[in-house]
Amino acid sequence: MPFVRTTLVAIAIAAFGLFSPALAQDLRIGLSAEPTAMDPHYHNLTPNNSLLSHVFERLIENDEKQNLIPGLAESWKAINDTTWEFKLRKGVKWHDGSPFTADDVVFTFARAGNVPNSPSPFIVAKGKTVTKIDDHTVHMSTAAVYPLMPNDVATIMIVSKKNADGASTPDFNSGKAAIGTGAFKLVKFTPGDRIEVTRNDDYWGAKPKWKTVTFRPIKAGPARVAALLAGDVDMIEDTPTADIERLKTEPKVELSQEVSNRIIYFFVDHSRDVTPFAKGKDGAEIKNPLKDLRVRKAMSKALNRDVMVSRVMEGVAIPASQFLPDHYFGVSKKLKVEKYDLEGAKKLLSEAGFPNGFKLTLHGPNGRYINDVKIAEATAQMLTRAGIETAIEMLPPGNFFTRASQGGPGGVPEFSFILVGWGSGTGENSGALRPLVATFDKDKGQGASNRGRYSNPKVDQLIDEAMKTVDDGKRAELLGQATDVAIEDLAIIPSHYQVNTWAARKGLKYKARSDENTLAMGVTE
Amino acid sequence: MTAFIIRRLMQSVLVVVVMSLIVFCGVHLVGDPVYLLINPQADQKDIEAAIRALGLDRPIWEQYLYFVGGALRGDLGNSFIFGEPALKVIVQRMPATLELAFAAIAMAIVLGIPLGLYAGLYPTSPVSRGIMATSILGFSLPTFWVGLMLIMVFAVMLGWLPSTGRGQTATFLGITTSLFTLDGLKHMLLPALNLALLKISLVIRLTRAGAREAIHQDYIKFARAKGLSNRRVIGVHLLKNILIPVVTVLGLEFGNLVAFSVVTETIFAWPGMGRLLIGSIQSLDRPVIVAYLIIIVLMFVVINLLVDILYSILDPRVRLGEQSA
Repeated sequence: MPFVRTTLVAIAIAAFGLFSPALAQDLRIGLSAEPTAMDPHYHNLTPNNSLLSHVFERLIENDEKQNLIPGLAESWKAINDTTWEFKLRKGVKWHDGSPFTADDVVFTFARAGNVPNSPSPFIVAKGKTVTKIDDHTVHMSTAAVYPLMPNDVATIMIVSKKNADGASTPDFNSGKAAIGTGAFKLVKFTPGDRIEVTRNDDYWGAKPKWKTVTFRPIKAGPARVAALLAGDVDMIEDTPTADIERLKTEPKVELSQEVSNRIIYFFVDHSRDVTPFAKGKDGAEIKNPLKDLRVRKAMSKALNRDVMVSRVMEGVAIPASQFLPDHYFGVSKKLKVEKYDLEGAKKLLSEAGFPNGFKLTLHGPNGRYINDVKIAEATAQMLTRAGIETAIEMLPPGNFFTRASQGGPGGVPEFSFILVGWGSGTGENSGALRPLVATFDKDKGQGASNRGRYSNPKVDQLIDEAMKTVDDGKRAELLGQATDVAIEDLAIIPSHYQVNTWAARKGLKYKARSDENTLAMGVTE
Repeated sequence: MTAFIIRRLMQSVLVVVVMSLIVFCGVHLVGDPVYLLINPQADQKDIEAAIRALGLDRPIWEQYLYFVGGALRGDLGNSFIFGEPALKVIVQRMPATLELAFAAIAMAIVLGIPLGLYAGLYPTSPVSRGIMATSILGFSLPTFWVGLMLIMVFAVMLGWLPSTGRGQTATFLGITTSLFTLDGLKHMLLPALNLALLKISLVIRLTRAGAREAIHQDYIKFARAKGLSNRRVIGVHLLKNILIPVVTVLGLEFGNLVAFSVVTETIFAWPGMGRLLIGSIQSLDRPVIVAYLIIIVLMFVVINLLVDILYSILDPRVRLGEQSA
C-alpha cells in the first residue's frame, strides 16, 4: 500500500510537472543592446524606451507601425492653437495600488527633462506648461502653435509622483521607485546580466500571456542566434542578416519582419566651395563638385539599390526613395526609387564638367548600422564604375560622429561624403526633415544633424509652415511637398530602409514593429 | 620585506598616474561620447546641454585636474552612460569575472600540470605525443572560433549545456557566486573551458619542459639513490623545482583573465567586467575606462607581489628584499 501511494504521488508530481503551465508562461528574450537604467527619463534611447515600456506607460502609445493610439489618455484634442486637452483613463492603478491621476502627469513632465547626469534627457518635456484641470483632465500648452504635441507626449513615460518624487536614477535601478502602471512589474535589474519582470495582474488593459519575462543582453549576433537554437531564449531581436536565410529553413524557428523607420543614406557636402575629400583625378584641388545637382544625380543613378538590397543586405532591406517608408505620416506620394542607370550617370558627370570623374572619400561608422562596412564598400565600387573614384574610410562610431558633426575647422562637419542612418523617432516625417535637411540653425533648433549643411529656403519655408499647421491633412501635405523639394534636389541620397527581424522558437509569433522595440506584449503563442 | 612592498606600491602609483593621463587624453582624442549617447532627435541646444552636463565643455587639463581631485577623495567619477559611480559599475560586475577566471585557472592547474608532467616523464609514449599535439591546437585556435564551436556542439547540437549567460547564484560564507549551484556550474563550464584552453596548453608545455630538464639533474638522481619512492621524487623534489616558471606565468595569466577576457565574455554573454570594458570603449565612457584600468594596474601589482612571495616559499634562496623588482 505505501508503495502504491508513493508511486501515485510520484506520478502526480510528474504529471503536475509535465502539465504545469508555469513553463509555458515564462518568456525569455535575447536583446542586442542593454538598457542603461530602469529610470524611464534617464536615457532617451531605443533599448531603454523599449524595455521600460513593459513597466511604464505613456499617455499616448505607438502601435507597431507607429500610429498613435490611446494609452493612459483615453482621448486628446487641440482646444485652441496652443493648448491641448488630454482626458486621462480612469480606474488605472500604479503597481503599488495607488490610483493614477493628473498629479502624476504634471509631476512627470516636470521631471522628464531634468534628470541629473542624464546623457540624453527627454527635452521634449520642456517648453510645455502642464496644468491639472481635474483628476482626469490635463491641459498642455506651448508658447507658439505646436502640432507635434501628441507625438511628443507619445515619447514620455508617466511615473508615479508618490514613488518617484525625489527619487534618483539608482532608486529606479534598485526597483524602489520603478513603480509603473504597465502590464509588467519590474522584479530585478542585474546590470550586464538580465532584467526580470512579472505580470501585473491588476493591469487595466489586455492581460499579457506571460507570467514572467526575462530579458538577457546578448550583444554578439552569432551568440544570440546560438542561444535561440539551443533553447536558452525563446526569442531574439536584431537577427544578423547573414543568418536569416539559414533560419528560414530551420524548422525550430519562426521569423517576424517589419520595415523599419530607419533609412540608410548618404550626405554630401552642400556648403563648402572646396571640400577636403573630393580631389581631381591627379590629386589636385578642385572646386566642390558635390554642390552641382548633376553630380549628385549621377551618384544617385550610379547606385544600384536592388543589388545593395539583394546582395549586401541579403534581402533584408527595401530600396529607399525618401526619408521614411510609404505608410508614414507626411511622406511624399510621388517620389519613386531612383533607377540604376550607369550610362545616364556618366553622361551627367560629363555635363557637369567631369568627363573623367574625380576622386572622393566616403566616410562612415564601423559597426553602427546593419552591414555598414559592406554597404560602404559596395557604394564605392558602384561610384567608381561611373567614374567617381571612391575610397572608403570607416571609423569607430565615437570618432566618426564627432568628426562628422564638428570635426572641421570652426566646428563644421569635417567630411565630404558620409554614410549615415536615421530613424524618425517621432514616427512622422517632420522627425526627419527638421533635423536633417532644414538649415542648420541653433536658435530654431533645426538642422542639428544636417551634416551636409544643406540649405534651401523653399524647404525651410515648407517645414516652417507645416510646423504651424495643426490640421493633420494639411500638415501631411506640406511635409510631403518639403520632401519632394529636398529629395529632388538630392539633399540626401537615399539608399535603403532597414528591415527589422525577430526570430522566435516555433509556435511563437511576434507582432514585428517598425520602431525596433521588442515588447513581450506583442509575443503570442 | 616591508621596504620591498612599499617600493612596489610607490612604483604602482607612478604607473597609475601616467596611465590615467594617457587614457584620459587618448579617449578625448578619439571623440565625444555625446553624439553616441544622445537621442538623434536632439537639437543643438540639447547637445550642448548634454556636453556641459558631462563636463566635456571644459578644456581637457581642467577635466583631468577635476578627475584627480575626485580620485584623491576616492571618487573616480560617474559613468557617462550609467550615471552611477564608475567604481560601483565595475565592482558590480567583478564577481562574475573573478569566478570565471578562478574556474579557468583551476582547470589549467588540474589538467595542465599532470598532463605536462606525464608528457615530460614519458616523452616518447603515444599518449604524450597526443597531449603535445592537442596543446598546439590549444595555442593556435582563436578563442572566438573555439567559443562559437563549443556553443554549437554542446549547446545547440547536443543540448547538454546552456549556450550563454550566467546561472543561478548562491551565497555561502558571505560570498555570492554561481560556483555554488549546479545551474551556475553548468553555465560556467563552456566559457571557463574556452578561457582555460590556452592556459592549459601553456601549463602543459612549461611543465613538460621543466620536467624534461630537471629529470636528469643531480639532485633527482641523488634522491633516487637515497631510495626515495618515485612518488616522492616526482611529487616533491621534481615538482617543487619546476613550479617557479609555472607560478609566474599563471599569476600573470590570471591577471589577464580577470582584466581582458573580453572575447569570451562577449561570446558567452557573461555579465562580467570584460564586456563592460569593451562596451565602455565603444561608447567612449571615459570614467569607466580610466577606473577600470586603474583597478587592473593595481591588481597586477598585487598579483606580482603575491607571485614574488610564492617564489620565496617555493625557493628559499630567493630573498625578496634583494630584488630590484
